[in-house]
Parts: sequence; structure tokens; C-alpha cells
Amino acid sequence: MIDTTKYVGPKWGGVINRFMADEYTLSDIDATRYVGSKLGGVINKFLDDTPSKDLGIKMVTPFTLVLVALIGLAAVVAVYRLIFGIGAASNLNDFWPWGLWIGFDVLGGVAMAAGAFLIAGSVYILNWKKYKCIARASILNAFFGYLLAAISITLDVGRSWVIWHPLVMWQVNSVMFIVALHLVLYLCTLGTESSPMVFEKLGWPRALKGVGRIMVGAVMFGVALSLLHQSSLGANYLIVPAKLSPIYYSPLLPYHFLVSAIMLGLAIVSFETLLTGKVFNHKPPRDVVEGLARGVMIVGSVYLVMKIWHLVTGPGVGAVLDGSFLGNLYLIEMTVGVILPLTLLSFRSVRTSLERIFVVDILVILGVLMNRMDVGVFGVSEYATRSGGDYFPSIMELTLTAGMIAFAILGFKFCAKYLPLFPESHH
Amino acid sequence: MAISRRGFLKGVAGGGGLILVSGVPFANARMSTELPPQAVGLLYDATLCIGCKSCMVNCKAQNSVPGGALYKKGMKAPPYESKGPKGDEGIWDAPQELSGKTLNIIKVYKNGTAETKDTAVNGYSFFKQQCLHCITPACVSVCPAGAFRKDPENGSVYYLAERCIGCRYCQLACPFGVPRYEWDSAWPEVRKCQLCRHRYAEGKYSACAEFCPTGATIFGKVVDLRNEARYRLTLKPGTEYDFPLKTVYSAEKSHRPVARYADGTYGLTEAGGTQNIMLSGVSFELLGFRKNIPHSDLPQLTWHYIRKILWVFAGVFTGGTAIYQFTHRNEKEASHD
Ligand code: SF4
Ligand code: SF4
Ligand code: SF4
Repeated sequence: MIDTTKYVGPKWGGVINRFMADEYTLSDIDATRYVGSKLGGVINKFLDDTPSKDLGIKMVTPFTLVLVALIGLAAVVAVYRLIFGIGAASNLNDFWPWGLWIGFDVLGGVAMAAGAFLIAGSVYILNWKKYKCIARASILNAFFGYLLAAISITLDVGRSWVIWHPLVMWQVNSVMFIVALHLVLYLCTLGTESSPMVFEKLGWPRALKGVGRIMVGAVMFGVALSLLHQSSLGANYLIVPAKLSPIYYSPLLPYHFLVSAIMLGLAIVSFETLLTGKVFNHKPPRDVVEGLARGVMIVGSVYLVMKIWHLVTGPGVGAVLDGSFLGNLYLIEMTVGVILPLTLLSFRSVRTSLERIFVVDILVILGVLMNRMDVGVFGVSEYATRSGGDYFPSIMELTLTAGMIAFAILGFKFCAKYLPLFPESHH
Repeated sequence: MAISRRGFLKGVAGGGGLILVSGVPFANARMSTELPPQAVGLLYDATLCIGCKSCMVNCKAQNSVPGGALYKKGMKAPPYESKGPKGDEGIWDAPQELSGKTLNIIKVYKNGTAETKDTAVNGYSFFKQQCLHCITPACVSVCPAGAFRKDPENGSVYYLAERCIGCRYCQLACPFGVPRYEWDSAWPEVRKCQLCRHRYAEGKYSACAEFCPTGATIFGKVVDLRNEARYRLTLKPGTEYDFPLKTVYSAEKSHRPVARYADGTYGLTEAGGTQNIMLSGVSFELLGFRKNIPHSDLPQLTWHYIRKILWVFAGVFTGGTAIYQFTHRNEKEASHD
């Protein structure tokens, strides 16, 4: 560690040194001094990190500092975008109206959130108790996925300040309207589903009891919304049979999106369980991860059959083997995200090894995210370039997306430190 | 925590009822696929077009007045293109494409020696791009804020900027790639031809038809335009015909020989039919009108999906409740947190 007292004098240097060594925690701050005893007490309670001490989460690490820097850059981009407009900040054009922010942040972010409704449904409706220990983490993860989508779409639309219009100006023929409504409703649902963590932390038994009462209803609402939302992102493209490449266009596209999102959702939950096991002092529950891997295998097989069926009945297998740009993308996406994971999972030795499942999860995540980019960004390339359009994300578009990812990671880490995210680890 | 089973069921039933009530707007939402009663439109006959671009100039001028499709408050001059051919940047208003500043464009098709007009091989032809005013417009159906509308009487497809959120789904959805965005603005609007609907109240009609010197673009009721187009297709190439100028009803005619038409009328079935229709001596595919545009309306493609939504809610809540009852049958007191 650099000794900053040498550069900025003993007083500030000492503070910076202690900060870099992560010797400060937010719980050192006594909020009652600043905002009065009532609110201050609540804040103090919230920022008390003693319950999660055993997870050993350090907030100040080089990694988190990079995350903070990325978020800072993204904030600058966001402000620039709001002041100068979408045309100034992005490389989008009339032939390529949707780009990285829609393809990755919105389509990808929402797909990554699919784990929550599956786990919540399994725990609260199917009563599969073994998944209860990961329910909070997966719901929180979904919350960040949706937040990412919500912020990015707000910046993507040209008139960000009136993005609420669809909520009051209903237009039920529009899938985009359906998407907007679901986004808002599901964010509220996820907030409700996550609130017990906060109430528990603050020690508010009455609020906790109130949420407990509506929990099953909220979970069902969340399941319905998710089924619709995941599929409606695919349904957005139903109206462009003449623009989206036939490799991807299908009347069944909503169901392709839904099934692949379920596969991705399970993989993400598993990935995150294993990852938190690696970076926090927290042991991943083996039977849960193996169960999730089985889930990935089943859903992945269904997806594979759907995709093959689509190729055979639609554009033909030759369409993806002709060496064209989109054909190659399709092959990579399917190999990485579906065929390789399924092949690996067919071995018992993979299904029972947490390390190997971790690799499979990463493959699935990459594959499905790539699929969203292929549909959302590259899928219209044949139409767009023929019409004279060209698109590669601008530096600002890339920066914002990177910042959004950093925001989700940091937010998750922050919540893991200050909220009872893994309730079982302290019993 | 104890949860009362009955209370929970009541909640589910109430929630379901609420959804069904709020779902009422779904009932009659399906878009019409019929031509509106007084539908008007344009007939563009490429064989008559001489590429003078009078329509482009007058379209821009006539739409930069209050009510026009290019008008913005405080506007002093029409929105001229800031880009153009190399070396001429910003000097001429020389649109290369439809854009946020250009609603209508004449382009040229050329092949080989480009000697003969209206011929695919070694010939050339002009063609016009603009909004075709679909009978069941994709742009109207996809707009989440209802910023695109179709006039129920004359069928013109228009835009209400104050509703638009700028999601650009209309751009993606239009099968003809018509709507354009004001990319250089911080508070952008979507721009496209609105069939000069602001001029009807003064008894005027589409500027591009009024100022077309050859009768290549004429205005009229869609039924009459379709009849006119059908009649022209029956004429023998080389015979003389009185082509009406400006409107299909006009007494002003241009007497000249009929060219050989390549395809039938464009816009009878494309995307479910359009109110602007076209004739041409070179096939429309060569002119850049894509062949893979469906011959049925596009909004139905999403409607089949959307109408299932309420069933999903009903299904999840009934199915979920049944499953919940079953899986929790052995638990007197379920605990939830
Ligand atoms: S041509 Fe495009 S913009 Fe015009 S009405 Fe049809 S869908 Fe809308
Ligand atoms: S850009 Fe505006 S007009 Fe077009 S679909 Fe979005 S809200 Fe509607
Ligand atoms: S109808 Fe009016 S707005 Fe449309 S292209 Fe003609 S002149 Fe322009």
C-alpha cells in the first residue's frame, strides 16, 4: 500500500491510508448527529455491519474503486446525453434505431433477472424449501437487473423526461407499452419481495408481518409479470418480419426469449451462489447448485429443440452454415450458450462438481447475452446496411453500459454487506 | 408468521377481478383493417415522373408552416439539410435520404448505359419515397404513448409530438423504413409525411400533388386512385391517354403515350394495403422496395400475442393458488418472510 502521508501531509494522508486499508466502515458514522435522533437511529441500524462480519466483505478494494470510477464516468455520459440528446451521445441512426443500450442493458438486463421469479415461485408456491437460502440473493440480483434496464431505457429514449407517458397514455396494441407497464410493476414487486430483508435489519416486526401476509400474492404477481415480460421483449420483434433476419425471426420468438431467459436465470443464480461462495466467507449449498444445474440442463434441452425446430421449419439449417456474419454469430451463440453447456452437463462428473458447474454457468450466461445482442443489434444488420446504415456503439454508449454493470455489481456487494442476504449463514 | 388462508384467497380473487376490470380496454383494441370511409391518398406513377423534385421543394415549404409536419414553434425557415454531396456541405438543400428534415424524396434507378426511361436493363427510372399511409399502420400499433394516430375519417397517419417519448419503436416497426428521427436535436421529434392533412381545412390537398407538373403524383380518394391505377394497367403500351394532373378528378390533363408497366399496383396488399399507391415501369424490387414485406397487416402479428396476456394472469393466479394449496396442505401455519 502506498503511504500517502508522504504526498499530502500527515493529516489527510492518515485518513486516506486508513480508508485504503478499509479501516473505516460506514457504521463508524453516527447519523444521529446529522439528521436527528429518530432518522439517525434508523440509518445507524441500517449501516451496522456486525451481522454480516463473518462474510468478510471489504468495501474498499482496487476492484470496487474501479467500479466506482466506471460509475462516475457513466454518470458523466448520462448527463451529457440528457443535455445534448441521444444523437450526440450515440452512433444510432435512422436505419439502426436500437443499439447497445437496448440490446444489452434492456434485453440482457431483464433476461438476467429471470432467476428471481423462478426461485421465488419455487420457494413460496411450490414450497421447495431447499432453495430458500438463495431466494433473497436472486431477488436482489433481479432487482439490479431491472434497475439497469430501467435506467438505460430512460437514457435511450430521446425524450427522457416524459418517459412516464406510456403509463398514463395507454396504447394496448403496443408491446412496448406492455413492456413499460411490466417494468414498473415488476420493479415494485421486486421491491416488495426484497423488503423483508430491510425490515428485518431495522427490526420492524409489524412491517415484516405485513409484507409476509401479501408475500405469496406478490410472488404470484411476479411470476405472471415475469412470464409476460420475458416473452414480450421477444414479442417486440414480432412486427418486423421483413427486417429481423429469418435466422432469428419466428412467430415463436416470444417463447424463445422466455425459455432462454429461464435457462439464463437459473445459470445466473447458480453462478452468483458460487461466486459469493468464492469471494465472501460463505459456503455455497451444494444440493442447491446441483439442482440449478439440473434445471439448466432441462430448460436448455427444451430451448435447443425449439431452436432446431425453428431452423428446420424456417430458414433451413443452411442459413446458418453459409459463413455469413449472422450465421456465424448464430453458431457461436448456440455453441457457447447451449450445445457446449448441455454436452458438459450430460457428464455426471460435471453435474456434481461445483467448479465445473461454475464454468457451465459462465458459458450459458455468455451465450444468452450474446443472443440478445444478436437479435437486438445485429439481427437487423442486413436490412440496415442495405438501406445505407452502419452502427458500432460509440465510446459513450460503451461507457454507460460498463458503468451500469459496475453499478449492479457494487450495489449487490453493498447490499450483501448491509442486509441479511444469506440468512442461513448466521444461524 | 401466520397467514390466514381465507384472507389470502380473498386477496387473490380481488386482485384477479381488478386485473379483469382494468383489462377492459383490451376488449375492442384490435386495429381496423378496413379502408376508412373517406380515405384519401396519392397515386405516384413513376413513368410520368421527370425527376424535377418540385414535390420535394414544395413539400418542405408547405410543411414548415403552423400545423405542418415539419413545423416547430419559433421556426423562421424550413429545416434545410445540413449535409449534402461532398464539397457542397450545407450550401444546397440536397437531401440524400428521407430524414428528420425531409419527408419525401425522389431518387433515381440506373442500369448499364441508362439510355431508356422506365426500363430495367440499360435504363433508368425515378421513384418516390415517403410514408405510404398504411391501412393498418405498424407505426400506430407499436407506439407505447399513442403518439402516432390514424385519422378515422381520411385515414392519414399523423404524429403528436407532445405524446412521443422518443423510443423509436415506430422506426423499427415501419416495414418501409419511413419514420425519421431528429438526431441532431436534444428534444427530438419523429418526422414523416402526414399527407398534408393540415391543408385540408383550407380546401387544399397534398402539396406534392398540387405542384407536380406532369401528373406523376396525383391526389384523390383511395377508391378512385385504385380505379385509375387499374385502368392504366389495362392500357396498351404506346397508346395515347389523358393523364389527369394534380388530382384524379382534374380536368387538366397531360396527353401522352402510355409506358409499359412492370408490376401491378404497389400498395394494394403490401403490409395489408396502403393509401398511397404506385405504378412503375421498372419492378418495385429493383427500385428498392423490399420483396419480403408481408402481404397482410403487421399489427395482427403482435395482437395474437397481446390478447393472451390476461389469460396468463388468470392462469398463473388460479394455477398458483391451486398449487399453493396442494404444496402447503400439511402446514397449518405457513411462515413467510
Ligand atoms: S408507411 Fe410506415 S410510417 Fe407510414 S403509415 Fe405505414 S407504417 Fe406508418
Ligand atoms: S418514438 Fe415516439 S412516436 Fe415513435 S413509437 Fe416511440 S413514442 Fe411513439
Ligand atoms: S403529402 Fe404532403 S407531406 Fe406528404 S410527401 Fe406530399 S407534400 Fe410532403
